[in-house]
Amino acid sequence: MRTKLFTTAGIGAMLAVSVASSAQAEDLTLCWAAWDPANALIELSKDFEAESGHSMSFEFVPWTSFADRMLNELNSGGQLCDLMIGDSQWIGGGAENGHYVKLNDFFDANGITMDDFIPATVTGYAEWPKGTPNYYALPAFGDVVGWTYRKDWFERPELQSEFKDTYGRELGVPASLEELKDIAEFFQGRDIDGTTVYGAAIYTERGSEGITMGVTNALYNYGFEYENPDQPYDIDGFANSEGAVAGLEFYKELYETGTPPGSSNWYMGENIDAYRSGQVAMQMNFAFIWPGVEADANVGSGRSGYFPNPAGPAGQFAQLGGQGISVVAYSEKQDAALEYIQWFAQPEIQAKWWELGGYSALKAVVEDPGFASSQPYAQTFLDSMAIVKDFWAEPAYADLLIPMQERIHNYVVAGEGSAQEALDGLVRDWIEVFEDEGKL
Amino acid sequence: MSFSVTEPSARTKWFAGLLVVGYAIVTLIPLLWIIATGFKSPADSIAYPPVVVFEPTLEGYVNLFTDRTRATEGMLEEAGPPTTWYEEIVRERGTVITGPSRYGERFLNSVIIGFGSTALCMLLGTMAAYAFSRFRVPLKDDLLFFILSTRMMPPIAVAIPIFLMFRSLGLNDTHLGMILLYTAVNLSLSVWLLKGFIDEIPIEYEEAALIDGYTRFQAFYKVVLPQAATGIASTAIFCLIFAWNEYAFAVLLTSGNAQTAPPFIPTIIGVAGKDWPAVAAGATIFLVPVMVFTILLRKHLLRGITFGAVRK
Amino acid sequence: MTNHAIESAAKQTPDGLARRIRGLSDRAIAWIFVAPTIILLLAVNIFPLIWTIRLSFTNFRVNRPNKDVEWVGLRNYERILSDSDIWNTMQATAHFLIWTIVLQVLIGFTLAYLINKKFKGNDLWTTIIVFPMMLSPAVVGNFWTFLYQPQIGLFNYAIAFFTGADPASFSMIGDVHLAPWAIVIADTWMWTPFVMLICLAGLRSIPDSIYEAAECDRASKWRQFWTITIPMALPFLMLAVLFRGIENFKMFDLVVQLTGGGPGNTTTLTSIDLKREAFERWRTGYSSAYAVILFVTVFGLASIYVKALNKVKER
Repeated sequence: MRTKLFTTAGIGAMLAVSVASSAQAEDLTLCWAAWDPANALIELSKDFEAESGHSMSFEFVPWTSFADRMLNELNSGGQLCDLMIGDSQWIGGGAENGHYVKLNDFFDANGITMDDFIPATVTGYAEWPKGTPNYYALPAFGDVVGWTYRKDWFERPELQSEFKDTYGRELGVPASLEELKDIAEFFQGRDIDGTTVYGAAIYTERGSEGITMGVTNALYNYGFEYENPDQPYDIDGFANSEGAVAGLEFYKELYETGTPPGSSNWYMGENIDAYRSGQVAMQMNFAFIWPGVEADANVGSGRSGYFPNPAGPAGQFAQLGGQGISVVAYSEKQDAALEYIQWFAQPEIQAKWWELGGYSALKAVVEDPGFASSQPYAQTFLDSMAIVKDFWAEPAYADLLIPMQERIHNYVVAGEGSAQEALDGLVRDWIEVFEDEGKL
Repeated sequence: MSFSVTEPSARTKWFAGLLVVGYAIVTLIPLLWIIATGFKSPADSIAYPPVVVFEPTLEGYVNLFTDRTRATEGMLEEAGPPTTWYEEIVRERGTVITGPSRYGERFLNSVIIGFGSTALCMLLGTMAAYAFSRFRVPLKDDLLFFILSTRMMPPIAVAIPIFLMFRSLGLNDTHLGMILLYTAVNLSLSVWLLKGFIDEIPIEYEEAALIDGYTRFQAFYKVVLPQAATGIASTAIFCLIFAWNEYAFAVLLTSGNAQTAPPFIPTIIGVAGKDWPAVAAGATIFLVPVMVFTILLRKHLLRGITFGAVRK
Repeated sequence: MTNHAIESAAKQTPDGLARRIRGLSDRAIAWIFVAPTIILLLAVNIFPLIWTIRLSFTNFRVNRPNKDVEWVGLRNYERILSDSDIWNTMQATAHFLIWTIVLQVLIGFTLAYLINKKFKGNDLWTTIIVFPMMLSPAVVGNFWTFLYQPQIGLFNYAIAFFTGADPASFSMIGDVHLAPWAIVIADTWMWTPFVMLICLAGLRSIPDSIYEAAECDRASKWRQFWTITIPMALPFLMLAVLFRGIENFKMFDLVVQLTGGGPGNTTTLTSIDLKREAFERWRTGYSSAYAVILFVTVFGLASIYVKALNKVKER
């Protein structure tokens, strides 16, 4: 019924657009990754189409080729996308190479202020250079790495008592990464209802950004820093500090003692599959999957719990994901594209965005008294967003990411060399990149 | 058929048949597994340990052809009870259909580009192969090697110049652009294979035709083409398979308008993570046209070059 | 059908045109027939290639549109040839190339030989064997990662069924020693039919009369195989090797979907490495030089090979 209604309305709108021949009605193309939240955005955007008379097209590319495809488009000045929900690390390149339209004037003119958004998302998705009020995007989708666990398994009395006998504490949400490893080892190879299960699914993917997005959750919490807080681009002794080495060693140990066999090239999709099929007790993953976990027939409706990345000796941080929405500078429909952003920034649209499964970054939404209890994972999302850290967002971020993927994967998965050697090598690679860039 | 000394014995045949059938069955398993996945529920598709016996469902196919979104209570109320069988399947997962997916369009693009480039490639390839086979073309061997060498460049290596060139010509993301591109990539294969086939056709046939007052053109299409039909058919299968399945260029050069199915199929997403049944359903449906094409032309493909019997 | 169409088209050709065509010399016809192919290849393949060669002498980067492009001479080439990582990827490529060709030729030729025994129903089974190569390599890569997963894939369970080992005791794409074989197996599964078809064409081109003559000379079957079957089928076999070789030297989609080049760099083939340089680091000049080096390598190897092929054919 609803489908038909929508189709009729859709055709009607299209007819209206073509008949009305008014110069204002545009066909906007929005580019994003092909993933669950994208479906929700299509649904949300129907309001915009009805309200503005513009029609929306969508171009979704899978994560593994999202960066290649879209950066190729931007770098060659393509006009495919009018609106781009680009990855957080692209913001530097987008700003410095003039791919994205600077939004400050537009924000001022329309009463949109970045003070209304979660600070971490403003820094992460919108600003360039970081820490300055120059905005090239509006925070669109908040995301952060957190953990999902099998509450139903954790609550089994026989497992609880066995765990307590072995480790001398209750089996529950881990307070530290060290405790998380204990739990993973506890479940590793265990027989549950006749099948062998394993500890945790973690990110190990080699090809794009997987293992980097995973290992940083350990690195940050053991004392890894990208650069000297007082002197930008001063890397040596920070990215390969003693703490950083300990963090990397921790991740390798977790990989060897607490993850399923064959999980050597896993990222978001593989982790979800492993968790949903009952292979693992815990999974590391971006928050975007949580609505899907709740709705899942096997592991949903109360059988799963959520917790933010646990603390390490040097603090508690979590890897930031998520994206901002930008207007592409090569678009000929910039006015209509800005209209979309203006519409998207409205509090009631943002509230609906959250309801459909999109993680709104608007304070008004997440600070609403009912928010934390609106979904089982809402509080974990808030707690996680408060401790985020992101990878480099330099224009050269890809040059920085590739050696990190290689060095870390070679050490953790392929078992080459030592943690110290891996990070020393990484520091050398990074210094070389910054020298090439003229920043050192 | 009369007894021939070269006819294998019954036992040899039986043994050869056994081995071939054995191999065929082993090689079919992954393929059957893909097809079976298309009829599994999402939970069954990633079951641990894997399941061989399962309750078949069309959910994968429904998901392949529709866009869905997770339903809020308000949306469910507004939509009312499901009226069709596919809406019921979707509703069981707590989602509602928001419209048709783009699989149909992508599939159609594949048909246009795949068959278009195959036809063009056969036309150009047969002409060139005939000329190389029959005429004294200056620098023949070098030209043939040049044609082959165009296949040696990794697509990634020329993708940036092609991308820029196509855009300045307005060929980016168009059917024509992709047809020309795939034709160019396939020409090397078709010229080389077809030349082999035409070489095998005795030149005496054409000479006789020429003496009968045929022109070169007439001799080409009345004598040579029918003789080369087998070669053309099997070469066409190879060209179609390549153009049908090409991925690297398609990812980089096509998007909204002319995107083919191979870059689209792996992007199919479900409620959480990849929707394996829908991906498998997409792959299965996508296999059908090439399969049909091959089965229709299998006589030629398998007979190979039986007229080689007259080879001197 | 086609013939009919062509014939009727010919009848409709105006007299004037027909006369003019009739008057054409063989040489002119040869050019008319070859020219479209050459022109298309020049436009779509050679022009971009020249562009790539030009770029290979610069420090151009697509993602730095505001930066001046400088000529750097041969510096890109020097950097590549002195980079030890690139030799590692070359090794991985050589392993992949050699083993896929060896396995595909052995299995493909054996199958063709058996099919050529013309047992009942051979065409049906041959058609079935051909099915894997009709799938999209991107889809195949995706599903083989699935098949290789120790917990939910079929591969480990099948091996476990026959050997009695624990399916969770090994991981095809997670192990640095097994991963190079995992990609060889997937590619062999997919492309053996290609080699088989070309071999079959070769075997069927051998006239029965030759075997009959050999039979009269009382040559043993074994001797017939080595003195007639192999030499007569060799040009076809070599053609199959040539095409598989060129394709697998460029191998990208299947392996990238399967392993992403890992674990470590054990399955990072040159094309995957090249793609990282060109589309992730956006070092356009550098990656162009890389591409030219690869091209020259294949070109060189192939030209030696084609010379050998021509010799075999003339024999």
